[in-house]
Amino acid sequence: MDFTLKIWRQENAKAKGRFETYKISNISSDCSFLEMLDQLNETLVDKIEIPICFDHDCREGICGMCSLYINGRPHGPDDDITTCQLHMRKFKDGDTITIEPWRAKAFPVIKDLMVDRNALDKIIQAGGYVSISTGGVPDANSIPVSKKNSDLAMDAAQCIGCGACVATCKNASAMLFVAAKVSHLALLPQGKVEAKERVLRMVRKMDELGFGNCTNTGACEAECPKSITLTNIARLNREFIFAGILSEDKY
Amino acid sequence: MTTLNSKIPKGQLENKWTGYKASQNLVNPPNKRKIDVIIVGTGLAGSSAASSLGAMGFNVKIFCIQDSPRRAHSIAAQGGINAAKNYPNDGDSVYRLFYDTIKGGDYRAREANVYRLAEVSNNIIDQCVAQGVPFAREYGGLLDNRSFGGAQVSRTFYARGQTGQQLLLGAYSALSYEINNGNVQMFTRREMMDVVIVDGKARGIIVRNLITGDIERHSAHAVVLATGGYGNVYFLSTNAMNSNCSAAIQAWRKGAFIANPAYVQIHPTCIPVHGDYQSKLTLMSESLRNDGRIWVPKKKEDAEKIRNKQLKAKDLKEEDRDYFLERRYPAFGNLVPRDVASRAAKERCDAGFGVGNTGLAVFLDFASAINRLGKNVIEERYGNLFQMYEKIVDENPYQNPMMIYPAVHYTMGGIWVDYELMTTIPGLYAAGEANFSDHGANRLGASALMQGLADGYFVLPYTVQNYLSSDIKTGAISTTLPEFDAAEKAVKDRLQGLLSIKGKRSVDSFHKELGKTMWNHVGMGRTKESLEKALVVFKDIRERFHKELLIPGTTEGVNIELEKATRVEDYIDMAELITTDALTRNESCGGHFREESQTEEGEAKRDDANYMYVGAWEYKGTGEMTLHKEDLNYENIEVKSRNYK
Ligand SMILES: Cc1cc2nc3c(=O)[nH]c(=O)nc-3n(C[C@H](O)[C@H](O)[C@H](O)COP(=O)(O)OP(=O)(O)OC[C@H]3O[C@@H](n4cnc5c(N)ncnc54)[C@H](O)[C@@H]3O)c2cc1C
Ligand code: SF4
Ligand code: FES
Repeated sequence: MDFTLKIWRQENAKAKGRFETYKISNISSDCSFLEMLDQLNETLVDKIEIPICFDHDCREGICGMCSLYINGRPHGPDDDITTCQLHMRKFKDGDTITIEPWRAKAFPVIKDLMVDRNALDKIIQAGGYVSISTGGVPDANSIPVSKKNSDLAMDAAQCIGCGACVATCKNASAMLFVAAKVSHLALLPQGKVEAKERVLRMVRKMDELGFGNCTNTGACEAECPKSITLTNIARLNREFIFAGILSEDKY
Repeated sequence: MTTLNSKIPKGQLENKWTGYKASQNLVNPPNKRKIDVIIVGTGLAGSSAASSLGAMGFNVKIFCIQDSPRRAHSIAAQGGINAAKNYPNDGDSVYRLFYDTIKGGDYRAREANVYRLAEVSNNIIDQCVAQGVPFAREYGGLLDNRSFGGAQVSRTFYARGQTGQQLLLGAYSALSYEINNGNVQMFTRREMMDVVIVDGKARGIIVRNLITGDIERHSAHAVVLATGGYGNVYFLSTNAMNSNCSAAIQAWRKGAFIANPAYVQIHPTCIPVHGDYQSKLTLMSESLRNDGRIWVPKKKEDAEKIRNKQLKAKDLKEEDRDYFLERRYPAFGNLVPRDVASRAAKERCDAGFGVGNTGLAVFLDFASAINRLGKNVIEERYGNLFQMYEKIVDENPYQNPMMIYPAVHYTMGGIWVDYELMTTIPGLYAAGEANFSDHGANRLGASALMQGLADGYFVLPYTVQNYLSSDIKTGAISTTLPEFDAAEKAVKDRLQGLLSIKGKRSVDSFHKELGKTMWNHVGMGRTKESLEKALVVFKDIRERFHKELLIPGTTEGVNIELEKATRVEDYIDMAELITTDALTRNESCGGHFREESQTEEGEAKRDDANYMYVGAWEYKGTGEMTLHKEDLNYENIEVKSRNYK
């Protein structure tokens, strides 16, 4: 297959970016999207040009490192997958493909298609855990959890922290990401103990880091590669209101 | 000359670790705050070690290559984690887990280490559950278990097909808690380029900031390498793209030994190779072998028809199928250990019974499980794996059997460590897949996650403290010491040297060439000739690498080609280590199969009289190394030939 690629190039965080056009041919339809970019980069290196910089690691949809806004969609034109799981068979021969980085105030571009998503770690550091240290914990089976809640917690815990929800949101809100972590822990007895402090601290941190407000457009759910649902945001809102009412501390 | 002292505590096997903990030296809380520890790597081993040591009160600095600690390669582990809880009441115990691990490792692991691993396995599950790791549960609300290869009990805890993800997110949450508490400092997008040795002790590291390109110095009283395995030497493997062996090779060049590098695990159930543009291989979890049956056609004609798409797998009659694992190993069937399953698949394909367009594939069939349990149950158990398969192969595995073939997956060998996980360099530790310690010549499924977390949560916090007790008066280590100057200069010279070759070939083209040689000559079947040939090729690759390499750009800012170049340069050393070790070990054991050493039925033949030792290699200059042997003594287990029939 042959493609025309319009790719965002930006030297570094301060530089001004621009689209560059590249042609690539003889791509197998079984090839993954990132392997197509690998091949393009090989041709650039051969010409002593700087290859295109993009984040990736596991290449099987679990580490959350890959990103890319492809033809106006985060993770490209397929459902429930990450960019690294996208295959060229999803495109037509001769297509023009536009590739951009995640765009959000909280995710500054580092170079080309690579962005800084440290803000997501900071939100977790603000409270996305059960505050315990190693050792001195009870036997695992002394904490029974209903299968239903355990399954719902697992649904939420599957978030890979890719940031597609932020990238696709017109407000650049990280609500789905935060809601996934809040839900995961609020659904389990282990996480219940500090549920109220957790939700207040995480939401406050999210605001502080320059993510926008959630106005319930639902775009995040549609683009989330791990099918994290809006129910989690509803659960976060309940937890948040509840915590706000009960809160004696100022967060 | 450095001699190997494994420092195994005296006493009965069951009492060694308890005895060690009771008599180790401690550091009191005010003194802990004066002591710095560096941890390289944020996988299960690194994150768990950092959070534990941070919570104890040490000043911890932790480093990783990715943009977030949560993205370490451990995140990709699918199947599960073992523990000797015996919740299903099927006869499991610490001793049995210990026994299975030693036997699965083909009697090439240290008894004392493995026993300790089995002992702390239960604490790991407790710790993870307390963190909120959502392991699979039964309707009664208690934890569920499944079975994995090499065991006859159900001792594997799991979180759908994403156990590694959930365990790593648990460790990451503990790490985040300690970062928030100010006990741990996190450095992302940093690559360690060298270990700094002062007065014979590891006292710091040199790292490259992958965003700015700056070379940075970091000092500490002890350094832990939790940098993962070296499977990517083969170019194609199930490892993540950033997995590499450079930290281990840097340590090797500074005097740490690398042990048993020849022990590489080839995993039987991976999606077969389909094109030369391919960048990595995808694992289909071993847990699938609980319900999937592995087969090829009985007749070569049928295999050929299937390869040519004239016949569909599901239309082949039951009596024309050869369930070769069930046939050869009736006791364990599809659940034989990985090395055995991989070789059996290779044997069938080499004999002309393989399927897929290349003939290098066998079927993994769920039809009978779907009939027995219903599609829903199978979907609940393996849904995400089936989805992953369909996205890659474009075929529905509920309707057609999966096609699989062995691929490089895990490395049992690694940095030599003693019982305290200390390398031959005082103050330098290695944990997780980076060390060689617990799996002998073959690792059982669901045991790497167990080992990584055992090392980080429950072993290093004790052993590192024991060592640091002598450092309470040392004071902060200065990064302006001449040793830091020298190390930084060496790193800068190395990078400049690679950039100034200005040849005409990309880094990847060398990596692919190296990987192909490894797979063809140092892969599933090894002979004296193939190994000797490989060594000649590696010499040649190294020479051409230093003449023909082309890296655009400079050392400033992000330079992805430069990042890959140092790693590939180090892979060449690792390739020589693996091959030299494989050549020296003229026996077959676990993942290491020397074709010269097999039984008449084609089973691996060990040679205990001559090779019951750990082979630890010392660096002696580029391409040169010498062997040190650590004898293995089995006092609590009867050494037998492995039998899964
Ligand atoms: C697809 C797959 C599935 C698996 N499934 C299972 C399973 O079901 N059960 C099981 O028990 N095991 C499984 N394994 C094996 C297991 O996942 C790994 O062995 C284990 O997670 C390794 O953990 P680790 O902490 O040692 O290293 P890793 O998780 O590999 O982490 C290495 C860390 O070191 C960092 N690093 C490396 N080099 C440098 C450097 N030079 N400078 C700075 N940082 C560096 C990396 O950034 C990373 O943070 C699986 C492996 C794969 C590939
Ligand atoms: S919620 Fe979904 S889109 Fe957002 S970070 Fe998590 S996995 Fe990515
Ligand atoms: S590279 Fe890991 S999710 Fe895409």
